[in-house]
Order: sequence, then C-alpha cells, then structure tokens
Amino acid sequence: MAFARPTAVLLGKELRTEFRTRELLTTTVVFVLMVLVLFSFTFDPTSVESRRFAPGLLWLALLFAGSLMLHPCFTREQVNDTLAALRLAPMDPTAILAAKILANACFLLVAEAVLLPVFAALYNLHVWAVLWQFCVVLVLGTLALATIGTVFSAISSQARMRELLLPLLLLPVLTPALIASTEATAGLFEQPAYFSPRWIALLAAFDVIFLTVTWLFGEYLFEE
Amino acid sequence: MAIAPQTNPSRGLAVEFQNIEKRYGARFALRGVSLNIAAGECVALVGANGSGKTTLLKVAALLVRPTGGRVSFRESSSASSFDDHLAVKQRLGMVSHHILLYDELTAEENLELFAKLYGLDRPKERVAAALEPAGLTSRRNDPVRDFSRGMRQRLAIARALLPDPGLLLLDEPATGLDPAGQHWLGETLARLHHAGCTILMSTHGLSEAHAVVNRAVRLAAGCLAEDSARSGDPRRMLAAALAAEQGA
Repeated sequence: MAFARPTAVLLGKELRTEFRTRELLTTTVVFVLMVLVLFSFTFDPTSVESRRFAPGLLWLALLFAGSLMLHPCFTREQVNDTLAALRLAPMDPTAILAAKILANACFLLVAEAVLLPVFAALYNLHVWAVLWQFCVVLVLGTLALATIGTVFSAISSQARMRELLLPLLLLPVLTPALIASTEATAGLFEQPAYFSPRWIALLAAFDVIFLTVTWLFGEYLFEE
Repeated sequence: MAIAPQTNPSRGLAVEFQNIEKRYGARFALRGVSLNIAAGECVALVGANGSGKTTLLKVAALLVRPTGGRVSFRESSSASSFDDHLAVKQRLGMVSHHILLYDELTAEENLELFAKLYGLDRPKERVAAALEPAGLTSRRNDPVRDFSRGMRQRLAIARALLPDPGLLLLDEPATGLDPAGQHWLGETLARLHHAGCTILMSTHGLSEAHAVVNRAVRLAAGCLAEDSARSGDPRRMLAAALAAEQGA
C-alpha cells in the first residue's frame, strides 16, 4: 500500500492547502470568467453562432486557465524543498504525481461547476438538457488537462523560463484532447443533440494512455 | 501521551559507499568515494564549500542516483544488504539545508502529514511526542511561515526524528539554532547515538553536536581526502578541518 494510502494523504494535503489559501481556484475562475465575458462582448453571437463557437471558446479558456493554474503546483514545492521531503518518504514516488493530478482535476472541476451557469447564460445554450453528457465530456477533458499539465509542470519547474515553457509543452501535446473535447461538446449543442461515442472514446483513450505512461515513468521526473 | 522511544541498540543501519561518482554535466560533485560506515557510528563530514558533502548525504538519502558506483545499506545484525529502497527509507531521517516543511501548514499538520506518509501508528500521539522535546508544543497550531529561523530548524529536526530512524543524515543541523537549541540538538544526538542510531552529518562550525562524533571524514573536490578511522583522532581532525575552513 505504498501508493494508494500516500496518494490519499497527499491529496488531502493539496486540498487543505488550496481551500485554505484559495489562490489557484480564485485566479482560475476569474480568468475563465473574464475570457468568456470578453468573447461574448466581442462576438455578440446569435444562438446558431453560439452553438458553433462556444464549445471551442470554452475549451480554449479552460486550457489557458489550466496552464496558469498548473504552473505553481510544483514550483510551490521548491520553497522549502518539500519535494525532497516527499521523495524521502517510504512510498512510490508516483503517488506524488497521482495526488497532484487528482487535486488539479478537482480544482478545475470546481471552477467548471462555478462557470457552467455563466457559460450557458452568456452563450444562450441549453446545457441542462444534456447535463450528464456534458459532465462526462468535462470530466474526461479535465482529466486529460490535469494529467498532461501536472506532468509538464513537474518537468518545467526545474527549468529556466519555466513560466513560458509550460504552455509551450502543454498546448501541442493537448491538441488531440482539445479537438476531441470541443467536438464532443459541439455535438451536444447541435439540434438535435448528439453524444458522439467516437470523440468520447478518443478522449477516454487519451486519458488512459497518458495516465499509464505517467504511472510507468513518473518516478523519473523527480530525479536530480 | 509520550511514546517511549525504541531503544533497540542494534537498530542502526550500516552504510557502504562503493566508488561513488556523481557528475552534473561535465562537473564532478563526487569522484570515486568509497566509505564504510558501521551501524551505530556517528560520522562528521567536513570539507570546504563544494567539496561534495551535501551530494554524498543526498546519495545516502536515495535522493540522488550516483552516476557511478553504488550505495548499500545493512542492518547491524545482518550480513545481507537491503534490496528494497522503501524499507531503507522507512528507517531514514534527514535534516537538509532546507527545512522540508510546508509554510502554509501548522507545525502539527506538517508532522502529522509526514507521520502518515511514513505509515506510523497513532500519528497524533507521535506528533505530540515529537513536538514536546523540541519546545514547540505551545506553537503547534501556528503556521510554519510564522516561525523564527531557529524554530523552523527545531521543527525540521523533529520531522527527521519522527520515524525513529536507524540512519540519521544531517546537513549542517545547527544552522539557525540558538545556544539552547544547540544544547537540545547535542542531547538529542547523544540519546540517538546511545540507542544505536547511525549518524552522518556535515558540518562547518563547532557545536555541541560534535560531542557525539566518533569519526571524521574530510572531503576535498569530491574525493575522500582524510578519514580519522585510518589517520587518528576524529576530534583533532575535526578541529583542524574547521580551523582551516575559517582561515581560508
């Protein structure tokens, strides 16, 4: 049990720290809110245009907000070299990554839950009719963003120009997940709504592949 | 409330560095260091800045993978070495240059986090027992960011002692401690040494912690330059090395 228990303990620590400071959550919500509001002013979209553009805008906003939010998740560990303290503990080092991925996914999902009503109102979209299908897309897309973002945050935290490096690494690798999430979301707002198994399968496969790769090679990310 | 410390005299871990080499790019941090540390020994690592003391401690802590050579650990009662790194980590405590604690968590939350990660039973009681001798019981609910340098160092030492280690690695442990703190550190190390714990510490200045040292090793430019096990009195060697550093 050198994996499951430490993962749960570290997840508890991540959640406690964030809900005490609310630094990441607040900035993420405010950032996505600003992007969505500004886009709605810029385009002044009709209902038909909204259905075409809104899914892409939403996922782009979440992607940029994600890169903003994920950046400090490992740089915060450098303050007192707490990452070394975690690596000293008798546990699978992958538990550190697993806890961070789960915590980041939780923060993004909380932010999405806050933003969903605003998104629906601004873009005149009937989200409630396809709520559970939309939640499936959000969870799978968010997991992809959190997994890749956390891994690249660990890599970029050891580099110079780390603030620039994370988006540069993140955006190309996340492109397939971004396309799948956008297409799956767009399908839900078609008339009639269409829950695309092809895009959902692609998103799920993306998550499974990258979670497996992270599980297999994650420990090498922390070596000095 | 207090948890009785384990006083098993055979609890120390023996460490063997075999031809350890560590390179960062083209720069050598360690070159062919071979060193046997018996279970229960208290060894002081001395040497100028950049001589490789911290890197050697990190290799022993399994934080740095050597470029060449190997480090192995053995129980004093056993001839065979540990193959399982998790079993070694379970018996290892480290005080680093950094305090290895979360600023935004309280002293109690920090120690409880690590007690749980080490899988210690009755973590709350273990934490209370660790905070009390460090003189931090009254500040247990304060965030670490509000602590003075000396208090942070005391808490860092308390964190390292939490798993009741068989091998204690200390990187300049007296840094930031006032005379009372240094006295507490000296007493703590003497108690651990008496209980059979192996201690390996790097040091730059004289402190009460040196009273327990029974061997001194000097590193220079990543190489093992002198070992009191071969060349005589550790205290004389320690004093000479520290005087040379201060004179430099």
